[in-house]
Amino acid sequence: MTDKIITKNLDLWYGTFRALKNVNAGIAEHRITAVIGPSGCGKSTLLRVFNRMNDLIDGVRVTGEVLIDGADMLLPRTDLVTLRKKVGMVFQRPNPFPLSIYENIVFGERIHAGRITRDGLDEIVERSLKDVLLWDEIKDRLNEPALRLSLEQKQRLCIARLIAVRPDVLLMDEPCSTLDPQATARVEELMRELKNKYTIIIVTHNMQQAARVSDDTGFMLLGELIEFGRTEQVFTAPRDRRTEDYITGRYG
Amino acid sequence: MERYVDQELKELNKDILKMGALAEEAIYKSVEALKNQDKDMAKSVIDNDAGIDKLELTVDEKCIDLIARYQPMAKDLRFITTGMKLNSELERIADIAVDIAQRTLEIAGKPLLKPLVDIPKLAALAQSMVKMSIDAFVKGDILLAKKVLLSDSEADRLRNTIQKELIDDYMARDGSTAPRAVQLLLIARFLERICDHTTNIAEDVIYMVQAEVVRHHPEKL
Repeated sequence: MTDKIITKNLDLWYGTFRALKNVNAGIAEHRITAVIGPSGCGKSTLLRVFNRMNDLIDGVRVTGEVLIDGADMLLPRTDLVTLRKKVGMVFQRPNPFPLSIYENIVFGERIHAGRITRDGLDEIVERSLKDVLLWDEIKDRLNEPALRLSLEQKQRLCIARLIAVRPDVLLMDEPCSTLDPQATARVEELMRELKNKYTIIIVTHNMQQAARVSDDTGFMLLGELIEFGRTEQVFTAPRDRRTEDYITGRYG
Repeated sequence: MERYVDQELKELNKDILKMGALAEEAIYKSVEALKNQDKDMAKSVIDNDAGIDKLELTVDEKCIDLIARYQPMAKDLRFITTGMKLNSELERIADIAVDIAQRTLEIAGKPLLKPLVDIPKLAALAQSMVKMSIDAFVKGDILLAKKVLLSDSEADRLRNTIQKELIDDYMARDGSTAPRAVQLLLIARFLERICDHTTNIAEDVIYMVQAEVVRHHPEKL
């Protein structure tokens, strides 16, 4: 197993508040890694470090190293457009653009690749929608507004929009929190399919989801990565008392 | 912090302990009935088994219900899954007590083939292993669980001694002793099986306490 992402002594401050404390972790390639922990523990902050989304917030300071494929992406010379193409993010609420389904998917490609033929774009749309198992459902309505899709379809579309630009890593921040159990199950199934091609990191409040879908799990508390290990180990035999308390509902 | 599930886990614990007490009582009575050739006591072991079977079903249902409703993790999960296994081991132990009681009914009132020497020793060992294994569960005592595991070789040794004596000294020399010798052979076999079940309980207790699977891994002990 190769580590796709490695963090070394990672600290993050929002002004004077230290939101991440000396986080050291290795995220394995082509696996699903779940990050769990109570609200405010720093799990979404950690996720946003991986594609430098925190740069958009005033007063944020990050120290340490975050190596992706061996290169430290915290260095100032990192090209953020390229980084975010390589490391894409899916948010809690699906956020398709107010454009057609087709235009949503090719949006990134138009930015990154510039001029591209219609056939090329068609191929990208079909490949991306097939990857998220949405092609058969919506192939005849590609020019309809994306906002007309169901919530689950919108979330799948957002994932398709990401993979259209061929990223390596998919970051998912509570991707199923607005979906019903059936839609959640289908998105989880999709995640299992996608891990063959991508490295996936998911932040979730839903511990059962983390247990079901992930290969590795990290537990965070007050900005610290308390425990990181194989999911089955973390959920059946956690090493740290604080992890045990959290996953058995004793935290608080 | 007391959780809602804690009360239900305590209830489950109580039921498992009750199951342990009933299994222990069944073994005690079956061995006493054998030693004293007491048919009434042997019959009471057989009669009481239905109650143990009923409790086994109740405990199983509670465990499944807890898993379905709470999706337990970590220590809770290990406690419930261990509880399910213990429940089944204890029910089997009680069934074996019934087997011993049935053999006792067969031989009671007839002249004994030989004075019982090693069978009472094996019976005492089986009883003590049942007690130790249940205590290990109650206290989460790894050392006691390991003591149970270490006692099993003595149970095997006693069973082999009994077997050899009955075959070599009686059945091989005088075929007419076979019907009575076979009853004693079976009883020795039953007692040794009880010891085997207690070692399963001990291994499960070790898993419950320290999340380490020692079953089929003697090198980890």
